Amino acid sequence: MSHATRAGSPRESERARADAWTADEMMTVAASRALRDGARCFVGIGLPSTAANLARRTHAPGVVLIYESGTLGAKPASLPLSIGDGILAHSADAVVSVPEVFNYWLQPGRIDVGFLGAAQIDRFANINTTVIGDYDRPTVRLPGAGGAPEIAASCREVIVIVRQSPRAFVEQVGFITSIGFGSGPGDRERLGLRGGGPRLVITDLGILEPHPDTCELTLTHLHPGATVERARAATGWNLAVDPCLRQTDPPTDDELAVLRRLEATKGTIDGVVRTPPDPATA
Amino acid sequence: MAEIVPLAEGISRLVHDGDTVALEGFTHLIPVAAGQEIIRQGRRDLCLVRMTPDIVYDQMIGAGSARKLIFSWGGNPGVGSLHRFKDAVQHGWPQPLELEEHSHAGMANRYVAGASGLPFAVMRGYTGTDLTRHTDTIKPITCPFTGEVLTAVPALNPDVTIIHAQRADRHGAVQLWGLIGVQKEAVLAGRTSLITVEEIVDELEPVPGAVVLPSWSLTLVSCVPGGSHPSYADGYSTRDNAYYRWWDGISRERERFTRWLDDEVFGRAPTGAPEEAGRA
Repeated sequence: MSHATRAGSPRESERARADAWTADEMMTVAASRALRDGARCFVGIGLPSTAANLARRTHAPGVVLIYESGTLGAKPASLPLSIGDGILAHSADAVVSVPEVFNYWLQPGRIDVGFLGAAQIDRFANINTTVIGDYDRPTVRLPGAGGAPEIAASCREVIVIVRQSPRAFVEQVGFITSIGFGSGPGDRERLGLRGGGPRLVITDLGILEPHPDTCELTLTHLHPGATVERARAATGWNLAVDPCLRQTDPPTDDELAVLRRLEATKGTIDGVVRTPPDPATA
Repeated sequence: MAEIVPLAEGISRLVHDGDTVALEGFTHLIPVAAGQEIIRQGRRDLCLVRMTPDIVYDQMIGAGSARKLIFSWGGNPGVGSLHRFKDAVQHGWPQPLELEEHSHAGMANRYVAGASGLPFAVMRGYTGTDLTRHTDTIKPITCPFTGEVLTAVPALNPDVTIIHAQRADRHGAVQLWGLIGVQKEAVLAGRTSLITVEEIVDELEPVPGAVVLPSWSLTLVSCVPGGSHPSYADGYSTRDNAYYRWWDGISRERERFTRWLDDEVFGRAPTGAPEEAGRA
């Protein structure tokens, strides 16, 4: 799938249509398009899981979803709230233990795409999900590494989904939880990492890709309605812009309908939407 | 042979102040009732081990049971932060919490080494991350055959490992299925073990993909139906996702959390009454 603009679509009407979806929806749709049919994909919970499940229901029915809870080839009828919802196990090709999913499936390089979120990401696509501030006296303690360091190291490529803001897009992360390109070209090779590293960073404003020579994240696509100025203002470094900057295709009606149906089923047991009971009174 | 005992007795026999205690269960089969019984019995200075210290460890940390946490991901899965965990790390409330931080792959391999009777495990991991600068239980190791530099992590051998499973037979053999997580490795790595189960049955009928832990490999078994709530036991219950969202509000403020602790933990009798276990 291409992110490129359809030739000749008038800017004004695109901007008008942009009111018909949210920036988060555009981000999720753009991320889902980045998954090719048949790809074996290690999926993080949250935005990556939503995008991967959208891909499976639209252009990539054969995408293989792998969750760190040990489900290989999960085909959930509803969007899981956690990586361990029962629906993932019941719909999977195989359920394996946690040591096995990391040692036998991820570590040897059997996974094509690692699909990650991030609290912070920097110019060289290094990810921080550990702490903001000093490690021993953090301003904000974040959840930590989870499966991400080895996903970022071992998958053939990595796609990151993260909302763009100056707090999230920093010149250099204070803590590298999962490595992107380290301090620049050649670092991954020097460290002996087998996977190729980040290929795309998809945000609510556009798409960034590592420059082939410098590895620096460069804005290559803007979503409809977004501007270079806004993208720059939401980035904590002097953001490079690709000379051939393109516009992302707006979400199709089908993509939006499927995505909204998915979101409505999040955390339900079987894809049936119910009003959740209040446990305080249950 | 494993002995079948009430939960309160199991905790008082196996969990002591200062112990290293692992409660495992990867989203599924989390031994929440056992964690709350540890709080109820007032255990202190525990070194808590768990890959994903979610609600159950948020409760134990907030209640002041822990002095140290060995972990790889501390969040409320699908919801957000663990507020009691954050409060302990950021503000030392109710007491400071020492952290030993790993990745999932590292923690899983540490249990594998522990279960295998080896001093450490070898893996490809942590390369290029800052975890290696802050966690001294991550070291490089050179392969004696190829010269490749890999990563070593030491074995985990908790004083006691506690898990929840679907069922046990009357001799104390345990069967679990669905997302089996790291429970088998964690139990075999533990010096002792306590397994809470949904029910005790005459015979363990085979289930596809199930793990069976023979009675002679376990220490104590307790019958605690619903003992993993708000987590779940495949075949018996479903994950109470609404509760995970609700916990976000309860845990956000110290006062509200303390009230919850008084009402729901200290204000209640231990689960798994003796007559329930006595049916075994």
